[in-house]
Amino acid sequence: MGARRLFSAWRFLIATPLFLLAPTTVALAAEDAVVQAAVDALNTRSFDDKRIAATELAAIDDPRAAVVLEALLAGELFTERGSGRLVIATLVDEAAGPRAGYALRDAVTDEDLGETGRRGARRVTVNNALRRYLRGLVAGMRLRDADPGNRIAAVRAVADAADPDLGSLLRERLVVETESDVRDAIVTALTVFDLDSADEATRLAAIAASHGNLDGTVRMKLTALASDDPDAGPVHSEAVRTAAKDALAGIERTVARFQTVETILFGLSLGSILVLAAIGLSITFGVMGVINMAHGELIMLGAYTTYVVQTLMPGALEYSIIVAIPAAFVVSGLVGIAIERGVIRFLYGRPLETLLATFGVSLILQQAVRSIFSPLNRAVATPEWMSGSWEIVSGLSFTYNRLYTLIFAGLVFMALLVILQRTRLGLEVRATMQNRSMARAMGIKSARVDALTFGLGAGIAGVAGVALSQLTNVGPNLGQGYIVDSFLVVVFGGVGNLWGTLVAGLSLGVVNKFLEPVTGAVVAKIIVLVFIILFIQKRPRGLFPQKGRAAEA
Amino acid sequence: MAFGDVASSLAGTLRMPDEPATRPPPRPRARWQMLERDRVWDFLIEKPTRDELLAADHGYILYLEDVTVSFDGFKALDALTLYVDIGELRCVIGPNGAGKTTMMDVITGKTRPDIGAAFYGQRLDLTRLSEPEIAALGIGRKFQKPTVFENHTAFENLELAMSADKRVWPTLKARLKGDERDRIDATLATIGLIEHGDQRAGTLSHGQKQWLEIGMLLMQNPLVLLVDEPVAGMTRRESELTAELLTRLAGDHSVIVVEHDMDFVRSIARRVTVLHEGRVLCEGPFDAVQDDERVREVYLGVDA
Amino acid sequence: MARLLNHERGGWILLAVLAVLAVVVPVANLAVPADSVFHVSTYTVTLLGKYLCYAMLAVALDLVWGYCGILSLGHGAFFALGGYAMGMYLMRQIGDRGVYGHPELPDFMVFLNWDALPWYWYGFDQFWFAMLMVALVPGLLAFVFGWLAFRSRVTGVYLSIMTQALTYALMLAFFRNEMGFGGNNGLTDFKDILGANLQADSTRAVLFVVTALALALAYLFCRLVVTSKLGRVMTAMRDAEDRTRFIGYRVERFQLAVFTASAVLAGIAGALYVPQVGIINPSEFQPLNSIELVVWVAVGGRGTLYGAALGAGVVNYAKTVLTGTLPEVWLFALGALFVLVTLALPKGIVGLWRRRQQSRRNLAHA
Repeated sequence: MGARRLFSAWRFLIATPLFLLAPTTVALAAEDAVVQAAVDALNTRSFDDKRIAATELAAIDDPRAAVVLEALLAGELFTERGSGRLVIATLVDEAAGPRAGYALRDAVTDEDLGETGRRGARRVTVNNALRRYLRGLVAGMRLRDADPGNRIAAVRAVADAADPDLGSLLRERLVVETESDVRDAIVTALTVFDLDSADEATRLAAIAASHGNLDGTVRMKLTALASDDPDAGPVHSEAVRTAAKDALAGIERTVARFQTVETILFGLSLGSILVLAAIGLSITFGVMGVINMAHGELIMLGAYTTYVVQTLMPGALEYSIIVAIPAAFVVSGLVGIAIERGVIRFLYGRPLETLLATFGVSLILQQAVRSIFSPLNRAVATPEWMSGSWEIVSGLSFTYNRLYTLIFAGLVFMALLVILQRTRLGLEVRATMQNRSMARAMGIKSARVDALTFGLGAGIAGVAGVALSQLTNVGPNLGQGYIVDSFLVVVFGGVGNLWGTLVAGLSLGVVNKFLEPVTGAVVAKIIVLVFIILFIQKRPRGLFPQKGRAAEA
Repeated sequence: MAFGDVASSLAGTLRMPDEPATRPPPRPRARWQMLERDRVWDFLIEKPTRDELLAADHGYILYLEDVTVSFDGFKALDALTLYVDIGELRCVIGPNGAGKTTMMDVITGKTRPDIGAAFYGQRLDLTRLSEPEIAALGIGRKFQKPTVFENHTAFENLELAMSADKRVWPTLKARLKGDERDRIDATLATIGLIEHGDQRAGTLSHGQKQWLEIGMLLMQNPLVLLVDEPVAGMTRRESELTAELLTRLAGDHSVIVVEHDMDFVRSIARRVTVLHEGRVLCEGPFDAVQDDERVREVYLGVDA
Repeated sequence: MARLLNHERGGWILLAVLAVLAVVVPVANLAVPADSVFHVSTYTVTLLGKYLCYAMLAVALDLVWGYCGILSLGHGAFFALGGYAMGMYLMRQIGDRGVYGHPELPDFMVFLNWDALPWYWYGFDQFWFAMLMVALVPGLLAFVFGWLAFRSRVTGVYLSIMTQALTYALMLAFFRNEMGFGGNNGLTDFKDILGANLQADSTRAVLFVVTALALALAYLFCRLVVTSKLGRVMTAMRDAEDRTRFIGYRVERFQLAVFTASAVLAGIAGALYVPQVGIINPSEFQPLNSIELVVWVAVGGRGTLYGAALGAGVVNYAKTVLTGTLPEVWLFALGALFVLVTLALPKGIVGLWRRRQQSRRNLAHA
């Protein structure tokens, strides 16, 4: 996305007059002279002459011409006293007004001419008729701009001006326009014009054309047309009102559909966070049967690692997050291994004690972060390429950071799947998960497997922290809220089952997002909790239970 | 007595074993059957006594027919059929994975068969009863690994196991009466632990724990005793005492013993059932079974 | 009572300490002049009263954790619910003396522009009704939650996390203004209880004595339970759940009964706590509170009842001292306490003491 933005900036650059000054080919020089002559022609007292000069200037179709005409329209085109040349003058000090003088630039060459007093330049005047004519000219030129983005902006400007005279310009443009986005914008603008039309047939046609159009102005106009309240404005004929109501209903349906899609996307993005947070827990719980209450704090450590990496690489914000991922994995992973070796291994077979001890560890980690960094939240910057949003279609967009989180969660999940299915460690982990004593009998060093599994689970928690740092505030309490949610996901999905965790996390995320607008976030959380409590009544082993003898034990 | 209460809640689970084996899969919890319409007036039905329930037309106390249990496609039991007489001492043998433990699980209600029928006495459908209900009806199980309450004394272990009203409130109010004390002492004597009554069960020897566990079963007035590998890890002397104990118990109780130790089986067995791959391979007196070709092949052959 | 405390020296000590406190503290607060060294300030009376409430809560938790092996991480919720029931009574007692002077509505409802009392506030102006609710609300919640959990054999860490989720959800719910329990600020600015001014030293002294008495009774009640056959069934199912089920006990019913009883005790402790500290707010539902409570029991020594009370006193005293002098050290200390107790002192202070007694006795024999 960054590339695209860069590309458009580059195009903007070549469209700038400044850039055109540099090349000194003969052809360009010749054109310069033409432009210069046409601009100079504006320097006349007669409004009619100005009109002719402007028309000629517009006909040259040079970016500089548009700049000059816009300046004329805005009252910024002046003649310099003395030299008599045309300049573009801007107020030196907006607040002080003309008294502080003007900054002058040459109208054609854009050469900086310094400042002058209020009497150093005289405005090239325009009257209302000319102003209106100029507006059409400028809009016409802008509509012919090389950049589609600029063209769309021009169409919108024309539509906002609500000047029906300009409608014909749009119609002309529509004939030659090839870019579909621009065409859509023009059609919308024309619809808006036609909805205001005095002719009922035109209005009805416009209403028919506005089906499925999500433009705010169109909806506003339609609502006005459908209204039968005389206080709100003129009441239209029965036919118009019915048609407008129909069109509105259609639009509402489209909006509702988009909202559903949007909610699903939001839910998936929340779900992907839940999956990231829960999957490490799922592994450690599945293999060792212990709940690591410090799991949330390992996530927090990952988020702080992102912060530290970013602070250490001040110039390279764009890449720091890429560096932070392995860094967070290592930091949290090592802390996890330390917890396993230092505490948990002495407590195997006593899950409740493990829970308490790891809770103690979580308190220590929290307070450590509070002491080292500060109890306040730290700001982790979002790199340029992750900010903004992706407009899927008009009216439906999805922020990049959520999109990347979703993709990232998918990648982490697949990586984990590969580790568990394709590597030696994965084989040993799965064996230990199914039958610890048998795995030991087969010569698997279960102590090593435990430590590595724990490290792996913890490392993934750290990676989840990197993702979270892009979505929420990074503070010492970051991890606290996630342990319960993660555990619910694990329980819901079935202990030790990666796919179960994935399905459970995503579906809980989506359900949550669907409930939220109806019930509010807190009640949604409570409903989900109650649902899970009821769910394990029916299926105590989760969505995807492990079967067989080992599961009975 | 507890039995009556449990039996009353079971009235609806009474059914004739002659019903076809293809019936709807059993519901997981008997409680939900309260929702069935014909059970609304449960309390009007006269409570059957245990003797009535077990009225032995065929003389069988346990009746498993075509029981199949599979875990993830692996058939632990494959159309197993087994009949046990009242007062019989039956030994069940078979190589590892033959389905001995799963069979016990089915009888005690821990595992539900996928298909097949399991009846206790004439009319009690084991597949529709919960574990505690089955225990209260007089099927006691002794696990392979001795599980006694290690933090309680041997006496307390027997007290807890003693048949009584085992609901919460009566348990809170329960005070040991003289005759109950006598019964516990008598059982302590039967299992040879009369001198160890006040000793914490955790400090007993392995063999003593096994006996204590059998004693706990006896305290519940069982009709059927399921005993899983009673002499594993016992000294020779302890084995002999155990054999003596079990043969003494048969007659008053039906005893099913799962065991690997062939000497032990020979010393107690009248009738032996050999399981293999979830089925009954053969059944008969010990000597006949020992001579059976197939048995030698799958089991004794390996052992010998 | 003597039978209940047979061979239970710690229990005798606990009751003796409570009796002494119940007599000495009020006297030292009310009768001894303020400049005397033997004077006990009202602040200290309140602080000690708070510890006693905590001790009662710890005893309640020990009943389920120490004897049934059910680690509830949500007992703080039952405590808070009992506290809220009491707080609602105290709120109604304010009457028209609130800031807004409304004859019936508590200040926060006036502030929220409510024009009538929500139905669930009815009856709380009656002391007996409020006291009924103190027991009933936590009891009922525990019953419903426990019924759902135990019948599907949700135990061990599953149950622990579920109870934590329960208290977390309640915290979120009580933070909402729409719940009608004062939102963030909770219930506070109480004036009097049963007509007695809550700010008066004499009222505080009475509350202190009542709390001491309640703790003693709670202890004796729990002792009654654990020395009965029921108590033996509880430890039996803690040690070998399947075995207990096989010999015919409906384990889930026993778990449910004890869990509910314990929740009621916790609710009563909460109800005694609120008039003494003068406020109840949603932070009492914080998961951290409930889990801190677990460490009191662990430090004291679980499965002994009096150990739980001892642990509550020791840890809370340490907390008062540490948060006063070195606030940032407290969480480190608490965290370390969790780790140390589970790793090195699984039976807590009582266990340590018993072991020393044992070795001394062995030495004497030798």
